[in-house]
Amino acid sequence: MIEYFQRLGARSFGMFERLGRGTVFFINIVLSIPSVLIRPRLLVAQLYSVGVLSFSLIVIAGLFVGMVLALQGFYTLSDFGAEGMLGVMVAASLVRELGPVVAALLFAGRAGSALTAEIGLMKATEQLSGMEMMAVDPVARVITPRFLAGLISMPLLATIFSAIGILGGYFIGVGLLGIDEGGYWSQMQAKIDFSQDIINGLIKSIVFGWVVTWIAVFEGYDAIPTSEGVSRATTRTVVHSAFAVLLLDFILTALMFGDI
Amino acid sequence: MDIQRGKVTAIMGPSGTGKTTLLKLIGGQLRPSAGFIEVDGQDVHKLKHAKLYELRKKMGMLFQSGALLTDISVFENVAFPLREHTKLPESLIRHLVLMKLQAVGLRGARDLMPAELSGGMARRVALARAIALDPMMIMYDEPFTGQDPISMGVLVQLIKVVNDALGLSSIVVSHDVEETCAIADYVYLVSNGKVVDHGSPADLAQSDSSWSQQFMRGMADGPVPFHYAAKAYANDLLGL
Repeated sequence: MIEYFQRLGARSFGMFERLGRGTVFFINIVLSIPSVLIRPRLLVAQLYSVGVLSFSLIVIAGLFVGMVLALQGFYTLSDFGAEGMLGVMVAASLVRELGPVVAALLFAGRAGSALTAEIGLMKATEQLSGMEMMAVDPVARVITPRFLAGLISMPLLATIFSAIGILGGYFIGVGLLGIDEGGYWSQMQAKIDFSQDIINGLIKSIVFGWVVTWIAVFEGYDAIPTSEGVSRATTRTVVHSAFAVLLLDFILTALMFGDI
Repeated sequence: MDIQRGKVTAIMGPSGTGKTTLLKLIGGQLRPSAGFIEVDGQDVHKLKHAKLYELRKKMGMLFQSGALLTDISVFENVAFPLREHTKLPESLIRHLVLMKLQAVGLRGARDLMPAELSGGMARRVALARAIALDPMMIMYDEPFTGQDPISMGVLVQLIKVVNDALGLSSIVVSHDVEETCAIADYVYLVSNGKVVDHGSPADLAQSDSSWSQQFMRGMADGPVPFHYAAKAYANDLLGL
């Protein structure tokens, strides 16, 4: 029994110690942001590999999520004779919740895992140590451009996800199920509030972009420099990111929409 | 331990005795639990971050794996420290890179990617990169491990030539006795984190220390026993 509590205690200490190291690591990232901003070339290269290469996945996923939402929503709304509200339902679901959350989960799987694996392998092959010995700070040169790229890409990808999803809903709702085209768009324009829905959705995606990219770059930098260590770190990135996104989504939703 | 300027100093010992750790301590990548390390009159571990990075510009380090950046070419790898630390015009960077690559015999390989290089070539490129900023010292971590005889011969010669031609101080960490003794001016033998013997290669060959004799001659048994600690063989067989 005592051993059980000892193990529990050791695990808790380990968790807090990692959280502490992660926080110090994040502070180092923030401190090195100015050095990246004066060399935007590093950031542009990472925007391509983190953001642009995730684009097709986000577009395809957004399209299908929007189409499924329209199909499911139509059958529920039609029971109440409220098919005309389909556009509002699709847009509100996407902009408030599914856009930021699903895009962040996909982003963690596509870009987050790639970031962790890349940084972890750079550590395992002594590239990061090599940089340190060449008097080049690996946090400023390798980590911060990737972190900023994730932070910038995520809200853009989430916005694209929502926009494509709304179009997917339009194809199904108007094209297949025969809903009035004008009603689809006008109801959406009337009911979706810019600050309440769109800005709050955007804030969510920025927070998710921050947490997913932070987890990804920290796991890579902190990985045990072996093939097994990098593999475990990559898995942890996806799992921890998913948990963090869902937990933060709940907290943010409660803060933003709790009083409605 | 005292590393003399302008000389090739070897640190030798069995695997796992802390040779690479010692290099990382000198480079300020690890902190010592006791004692201090001075490089060029400066206590490495008392330096602020910026001062430490300034000092590292004067230190080159050749990692066992080469530690080349895998996403850029050989040319760009050698140019990397120049681009990071100088504002030299592109034409001058090109000249410097070609000079460094010529010194290690790989000017013709400048457009290759690190994945296309053999292990020996990767270490030579890493050497060209390490001397790009004309450092005052270079640390070599196991430079001969896993090399074929020709690559090994090339590296042995290069370490000596580069040291003498550029007036560097070199520290070679290795357990390849023959190759290291061929170029070292002074040798420290370390075991279990302690210096057990030191002297010129010729002195160590004649050393009275049985440990030094076992290591220098590669004998299977001696102060470092052949058998890992275990209970008596007969008792083990009888299950006692």
